Amino acid sequence: MTETLPQATFPKVRTIDADHLAGAPLVLAQKVEKHFGHLKVLKGIDLAIPKGEVLCIIGPSGSGKSTFLRCINQLERIDGGALWVSGERVGYHRDGNRLYELDDAAIARQRRSIGMVFQRFNLFPHLTALQNIIEGPVQVLSEPVAEATARALALLERVGLADKRDAYPSQLSGGQQQRVAIARSLAMRPELLLFDEPTSALDPELVSEVLKVMRDLAETGMTMICVTHELGFAREVGHRVAFMDQGQIVELGDPRSVLVDPREARTRAFINAVRH
Amino acid sequence: MIAEPENLIIVPRRHFGRIVGAAVVCLALAAIVRAFAVGQIEWNYVAEFLTVQAILTGLVNTIVMAILAMLLGITLGVVFAVMRLSANPVLSKTAIGYIWFFRAVPALLQLLLWFNLALVFPTIGIPGLFSFKTVDVMTPFVAALLGLGIQQGAFTAEVVRAGLLSVDNGQYEAAQTLGMTRLKLLRRIIMPQAMRVIVPPIGNEFIGMVKLTSLASVIQFAEILHSAQNIYYANSRVIELLIVAAIWYIVVVTVLSLIQGRIEAYYARGVAAPAQR
Ligand SMILES: Nc1ncnc2c1ncn2[C@@H]1O[C@H](COP(=O)(O)OP(=O)(O)OP(=O)(O)O)[C@@H](O)[C@H]1O
Ligand SMILES: [Mg+2]
Repeated sequence: MTETLPQATFPKVRTIDADHLAGAPLVLAQKVEKHFGHLKVLKGIDLAIPKGEVLCIIGPSGSGKSTFLRCINQLERIDGGALWVSGERVGYHRDGNRLYELDDAAIARQRRSIGMVFQRFNLFPHLTALQNIIEGPVQVLSEPVAEATARALALLERVGLADKRDAYPSQLSGGQQQRVAIARSLAMRPELLLFDEPTSALDPELVSEVLKVMRDLAETGMTMICVTHELGFAREVGHRVAFMDQGQIVELGDPRSVLVDPREARTRAFINAVRH
Repeated sequence: MIAEPENLIIVPRRHFGRIVGAAVVCLALAAIVRAFAVGQIEWNYVAEFLTVQAILTGLVNTIVMAILAMLLGITLGVVFAVMRLSANPVLSKTAIGYIWFFRAVPALLQLLLWFNLALVFPTIGIPGLFSFKTVDVMTPFVAALLGLGIQQGAFTAEVVRAGLLSVDNGQYEAAQTLGMTRLKLLRRIIMPQAMRVIVPPIGNEFIGMVKLTSLASVIQFAEILHSAQNIYYANSRVIELLIVAAIWYIVVVTVLSLIQGRIEAYYARGVAAPAQR
């Protein structure tokens, strides 16, 4: 049973065609709250992300950026408000006036279409690069091994690691591991990709190779939410930038306006601190 | 600046301590060997009984019992380790209780309890459906298997739990993000990594289990020590037959140690130096 989504309006953004704006948002957050004990980490996040958008989230440490991403793919359960992905309510099934909590299998099914790339890569160390990539398609989507392997090789090619198919994660550099991790997410054919500071654990000279892969992805029209400290990337690749502080979205809009000419004093202070 | 040395002769350092130590140890070994050689042991009996039918049957029983009891132990260990880590308090408390009880009671005592179960429950079964006389069911084999396997499960559960906890939380999250359900995630991602931590102690416990099966001789299970005893009750060659049994234990444990090394290398793949594929 699909419920009708609340109407959402989007501010004008660059390079997203009007069709996307007209449709329902791919991700919709309404007054999302999250507490850890007495600590309120998310204090009512409202956000609508149309299909094909690249949204970059910036903000100081502890502001709740990771927590928000983790709520979207249910690594955390929200304590208030509501979240929709692809028109489906995250974590619940609605029937009339009742919301039924989803069981393990249904949550797993919802997660399939959402990829996540972690700060510390989290590749499976006991599997080779190729095996890491086909694990999801074969085990979760029941794809034939030959087919999954062919797609995985194409993905390795795309992230520039065709020659590393048989390498174990421990034999790869950080940048290479992160590119394999991106390929692993893509192998699930996700509708949405979440990036949680994908370059923060990398040596400076390895950052650009990962950003390049992400930039190429953005050009293919993938919907992406990127938590990042790379302001240059946010400005060039992001369609919109959100600045989060203390569990709230303080400022949201065009990258240039948020990053170059912010309205809010808090945003300006943060950007100056990161720049220097 | 130091000039480049030319034509200098290097005199190796002398390890006098090592030489003295080696001499002492060799002397002691020689004394022990001599003692056994001149002692009242008829070595030809040892050779003769090493391969008699009763001993070989006992050997097979020992190996079969060790393997089955270990399989039961590992199965129970995995189940109770996962239960213990479960968010469901009934499951985790049950697991804690099982581990507490069966680690506390000595293995020999547990064997005797199982073997004498008929004293408590003369018949076992489901009322109205079927029932058996306990003495018929609780043969020495079954009693030994239950006693050894169940207490092994309690130890293995702790080993498996440590293994599961050793896997980084990010691995759970990455697997969940791929859309794996809990069971698949444990089987495909977590267990293979936990095995690196689990295998060495399990290998140790397997070796312990081979020797622990000798306890089953007290409940008349025909493992190798029991067979050796039966023979020396008849011919009084006590020491010779004990040596026969000891030799076989050493052989089995040596083979197991070799296999253990192979298994450890397999599960260390991707972590240590690249394994040859
Ligand atoms: N599992 C948890 N239990 C308790 N507190 C938590 C937990 N996870 C996060 N927090 C707290 O929630 C707050 C927000 O954390 P979060 O990781 O979302 O911040 P962040 O914006 O991603 O920061 P960073 O830039 O350092 O990654 C922090 O104060 C953190 O200590
Ligand atoms: Mg974070």
